[in-house]
Amino acid sequence: MGLTDIAKMLADGTKDTLIMVLLSTLFGYIGGLPLGVLLSVTDENGLKPMPALYMVLDIIINITRSIPFLILLILIQPFTKAIVGKSYGTVATVVPLTVAAIPFIARMVESSVKEVDKGVVEAALSLGAKKFTVITKVLLAEARTSLLVGVTIAVGTILGYSAMAGIVGGGGLGDIAIRYGYYRYETEIMIVTVVVLVLLMQLLQWVGTLISKKLDRRRG
Amino acid sequence: MAKELLKIEHITKSFDETVILRDLSLTVKEGEVLVIVGPSGCGKSTFLRCINGLETIQEGSIYLDGEKINDRSANLEKVRQKIGMVFQNYELFPHKTVLQNITMAPMLVQKKPKAEAEKEALSLLERVGLSDRKNFYPRQLSGGQKQRVAIVRALAMHPEILLFDEVTAALDPEMVREVLDVMLDLAKEGRTMIVVTHEMSFARAVADRIVFMDGGNIVEEGTPSEFFDNPQTDRAKKFLSTFSFDRIEKKDEYAGNPI
Ligand SMILES: Nc1ncnc2c1ncn2[C@@H]1O[C@H](COP(=O)(O)OP(=O)(O)O)[C@@H](O)[C@H]1O
Ligand SMILES: [Mg+2]
Repeated sequence: MGLTDIAKMLADGTKDTLIMVLLSTLFGYIGGLPLGVLLSVTDENGLKPMPALYMVLDIIINITRSIPFLILLILIQPFTKAIVGKSYGTVATVVPLTVAAIPFIARMVESSVKEVDKGVVEAALSLGAKKFTVITKVLLAEARTSLLVGVTIAVGTILGYSAMAGIVGGGGLGDIAIRYGYYRYETEIMIVTVVVLVLLMQLLQWVGTLISKKLDRRRG
Repeated sequence: MAKELLKIEHITKSFDETVILRDLSLTVKEGEVLVIVGPSGCGKSTFLRCINGLETIQEGSIYLDGEKINDRSANLEKVRQKIGMVFQNYELFPHKTVLQNITMAPMLVQKKPKAEAEKEALSLLERVGLSDRKNFYPRQLSGGQKQRVAIVRALAMHPEILLFDEVTAALDPEMVREVLDVMLDLAKEGRTMIVVTHEMSFARAVADRIVFMDGGNIVEEGTPSEFFDNPQTDRAKKFLSTFSFDRIEKKDEYAGNPI
């Protein structure tokens, strides 16, 4: 394989990885953000305590989070197949990544929202704001720095998972690293692939931190 | 005679098993400034929080404008718009500018157009001497400035009654005055106010009536001069004595031999 072929393969892998990670993060937040808000709101110190609902959600999330990602990936293969039509490849991997991401994101959102000072919430209530307004205009608005830090962590974690998915033909950079490094002993390609993964992670962290700082009004 | 604006009848509030307010009744007339004093932990904050529904009461009734407001059927959001509250720790929204802090509720809750809400916010800021701070974030303000913004935020909703919960307790001494001056101004304007404070000379100056609370109930009430110059109960006397010091007499005896 020539250098240009390798470069092309890595470029495609990077593209696949990015698509996989970004889609999973997006779907992860579509599910995880409302779930996390629901958790923080129904908690005993939340805006509308609902102990039974909180307990059920809490248990479901704990169970899903304790399943190792690789096991989850295999466990839900039938589900993945039902949705995407096949259980391997870049698009298919988005399904288990999303399933793994939702409870994890929900937990981070929950903790970000809980960081918002209770006094500020009471101030909004005392001004006559409805609970829904408090959620959207106070809780989410005031938690935004922490929520963004969460997005950075989520993308990073999903990137890590996506590389793991390479073991079962998940596509992307992880797939390349495993195919060349593990099965064919082409260590150089594996190293280069890993370097690209590391660079992606660094870039991500850097952009995430930058945006969070920009949006933080609490400090000078 | 002015009409009764707020009427509280036999309310009881407890947290779990602990009774915090027991069988407490109180009436506030329109335009009246009521000052509540009492030792810390006696239930003053809890009482104010019960009035605007931040705490639920177990027994009794609260009427605002003759309408019972502690019912399940009462529209709490509507009621709260009529009751402005200012907190000890300001509780400004950290990610919003001064102007946004003030206009948020008028715009979102009362659906006022932005231009109108801002115009009004600016004129209120002008009144408390902070119009040059409209684009600042709370962290860029001093404590006294934050509290004045918090007062303006409450005023912007045009409440019928204002509740102040030890609003100068977290301030450095030199900033207390600027906040108290704003409150004196509001009192002069004829606003109905319930003020919880430990500033006794301010209480004397601003109050139409002083209520002394202890152990979750009203122990004594009267005009400022009745209460401060001639307290009736031992508990009130003891409480007031914590604010004054007796002149030390025996200085000379110890001179030269400090203990
Ligand atoms: N959320 C709460 N849960 C349990 N006890 C509380 C709560 N809030 C206040 N209390 C108790 O109620 C009593 C009265 O408190 P508070 O109303 O804050 O008094 P004050 O404002 O007069 O200092 C205190 O003993 C306090 O510990
Ligand atoms: Mg208090």
